[in-house]
Amino acid sequence: MSYIEISNLSKSYGKIKALNNVNINVDAGELFGLIGPDGAGKSTLIRIVTTLLLPDSGYVNVLGYNTREDYKKIRGEIGYMPAVFSLYSDLTVQENLDFFAGVFGATVAENYNLIRGVYHMLEPFKNRPAGKLSGGMKQKLALSCALIHRPKVLILDEPTTGVDAVSRRELWELLYDIKHQGITIFVSTAYMDEAKQCDRVALIQKGRVLGVNSPHGFAQMFPHKLYDVYADGIWSFLDKIRALDTCKSAYMFGSNLHYVSTDDAETTETLTNKLHQIGLSGDVDIKQINAGIEDYFIRQLTENAELS
Amino acid sequence: MIKTIEVDKLTKKFGSFTAVDNISFSVSSGEILGLLGANGAGKTTTIKMLCGLLAPTSGKIKVAGYNAYLQAEQIRTRIGYMSQKFSLYNDLTVWENIHFFGGVYGLWGKQLKLRAEALIDDFEMRPFMNLTVQSLPPGWRQRIALAVSLVHNPPIILLDEPTSGVDPIARRMFWETIHQISANGTTALVTTHYIDEAEYCNNVLVMVDGKLVAAGQPNELKSLYNSTTMDDVFLSLARNENTKI
Repeated sequence: MSYIEISNLSKSYGKIKALNNVNINVDAGELFGLIGPDGAGKSTLIRIVTTLLLPDSGYVNVLGYNTREDYKKIRGEIGYMPAVFSLYSDLTVQENLDFFAGVFGATVAENYNLIRGVYHMLEPFKNRPAGKLSGGMKQKLALSCALIHRPKVLILDEPTTGVDAVSRRELWELLYDIKHQGITIFVSTAYMDEAKQCDRVALIQKGRVLGVNSPHGFAQMFPHKLYDVYADGIWSFLDKIRALDTCKSAYMFGSNLHYVSTDDAETTETLTNKLHQIGLSGDVDIKQINAGIEDYFIRQLTENAELS
Repeated sequence: MIKTIEVDKLTKKFGSFTAVDNISFSVSSGEILGLLGANGAGKTTTIKMLCGLLAPTSGKIKVAGYNAYLQAEQIRTRIGYMSQKFSLYNDLTVWENIHFFGGVYGLWGKQLKLRAEALIDDFEMRPFMNLTVQSLPPGWRQRIALAVSLVHNPPIILLDEPTSGVDPIARRMFWETIHQISANGTTALVTTHYIDEAEYCNNVLVMVDGKLVAAGQPNELKSLYNSTTMDDVFLSLARNENTKI
């Protein structure tokens, strides 16, 4: 069953189309990622799903309820962690948690098991005002408050933005635990590398969904041979590489180059020869690789020039 | 290779807390160096000392040949700073931003005009130089911020999380430009906690609790720590040292 059903959804702000005919289904029990750069429409979509904003056209059903008519029912069943810290800064950790439990008619005691993984790190500070916590601790408190009524669906808007790599990894580990307790998760991020943490991912750019698949599934949708090339001084050859006859596209991938070939007969040998012919000397380390989600995203952006 | 930044046994204490703990490194001209660390690892304190904004407790820093704290004025005119988040005036046009920042750095008259024109051409900004920054897409804003940070022709630029949150194509256009600039001899120092940005650097330094715990090329570090990504390298370093978390 679809826990979140987003159908032909559009939303404009004046002339700007923030969402353009978006269709996404999130199944029960999934950890689903919404991935796209700043300004892609992620927060708008999340605000519509959480019943805080009405769409211009199309609809969203959450747990079978429509966000327009049945918003009250939805609000009781979801947990929402917005992008900005939205707890009461002058209440203590414990008071915030009690407050949010109370609002949803739950108690901290009955759902303590669910939040223990997140909350145990906060307990030593339970009498501290929330405003005086560090960034990572604030986030853990926000997550605890979003979970304290045991929602069926947990929705998080860019929880890893501005968070350092260690806390980022911790957060994803917490999300796994929460998922394994049977809670469906819908999470947005601007970081491509987080896609691999999700069961399925929707790629979004300029209000349009460019693909929905598992991280592994995107690799199979990539229609060309892809090569990973490492060579000293390769960046000064970029123009010449892009002018090669089999070059669909060539772009940086960290310290390496990704070469997308239009030729199904391309091999590491033929490509090595081409690179030597344009003057790249020394060791050239080439291997054919499976496309990652970022390769797929780049391809979609270049195939749809109006999107980039 | 000429060293544009030399840091020798640098330490900074705030009371009993050691924010930067006896670190040494050097950066060559044209190098792209990434400085990585979790929040509180000492990155910002290090950068502030490099810019002459904060006095070291002990140790030496030379930036572009000048002593960082004693000759701070000379250093500031030789450093460009770019952050993706807040480096431009959104309600000014592209042209106005370039001229404003040029003026701040002491350019004027014909010299400023020539430099501004050169940047507008190099960064292909002419079609929208009379539009306000806020009306442009994020990828372009970031490109303009980079152009503005180069207005006074600094030998060193500091990039603070320059491409977090931008789309993968805009990110690559940005890094290609950085590689071109560095090929012309400009040194780039990148601070970030987004490890994917680190992959685009020639060399990276990893700081944990004020100490320098690793230094090298991204590929070297990956094989040294038996990891496939810089993220894993960083996490294994940060978590080992940081057992208190």
